[in-house]
Amino acid sequence: MSARAQRVLELADDELILDWRDSERTGIAPTLEEDVAFSSIAQNEIGHARALYELAAGELGTDADALAFDREPGEYRCAQLVELHLMDWAHTIARRYLYEEADRVRVEALKRSDDAELSGLAAKIDREETYHRLHAEMWAARLHDEPRFRAAVEELWPYALGVLDPELRPELARRVGLSVESTQAVERGEHRPELAELWSEMTEVRRSAPGQQW
Amino acid sequence: MTIYEVFRQERKGQPFAHAGSVVAPDATFADAWAREQYGRRGESEALWLVPREAIHQITEWADEFDLKYRRVDGYSIKARLAEARERAGTAST
Repeated sequence: MSARAQRVLELADDELILDWRDSERTGIAPTLEEDVAFSSIAQNEIGHARALYELAAGELGTDADALAFDREPGEYRCAQLVELHLMDWAHTIARRYLYEEADRVRVEALKRSDDAELSGLAAKIDREETYHRLHAEMWAARLHDEPRFRAAVEELWPYALGVLDPELRPELARRVGLSVESTQAVERGEHRPELAELWSEMTEVRRSAPGQQW
Repeated sequence: MTIYEVFRQERKGQPFAHAGSVVAPDATFADAWAREQYGRRGESEALWLVPREAIHQITEWADEFDLKYRRVDGYSIKARLAEARERAGTAST
């Protein structure tokens, strides 16, 4: 697999798995309004995952659904940040915030890529992310002095660093006011045991009817 | 928390109609929440968010002297219109 396809799959897998995780909040977010908004944003991001899978699929001679659902858990390229099964809102919104900030840095870098297809898609994703970022930022601003939120951000920081290539990490640290040196990044490559559980649920319908057109 | 009444314009040029409300701590949250709740499916051209307290409501009406002549009930505009059309020679058949 080319470095480009692998890069695109990292992004697509991050988006798909995080939005699967965020969808687990549907019905139990802190307020009715946030419930609708959080679920809606998750759905929107799955659209980004699809566009990225389609880009990779063109190169790999397959299709987006096969990439999203037919690989083994060990073949996914997502960062551990998105795999974590988080039970409380402080951690859930802290992860969303850290991910949005990391993703912003990553998408900015991709927009400067020489690969026109990739930089074009990055620019398109970037335009749609504006409101997702506002959503994450307003929560971060509101919970800034809330000890549970601060603790969650610090706990998730090593995982957030692992979303990005090392050269992009200082920019993320600057944006969120933390330091790269303060911790050891949880690097991409290894998976958490809960990814297998998520995968089993996520692919269950597809596996129940192999080759079916939906 | 503040209740924001949400008014939705479906298409450009159409009047805004009351769509519902969102309960939010401030205008930023109200914006983010209303955006997803009333606009995520492309169903709105524009939204107005108005704090409920900002709305001045009128429900009391004085009509002590039964001023029937100011009301339109019993006044048949249809007949009047037909007459006028006939006079103008544009009566519809």
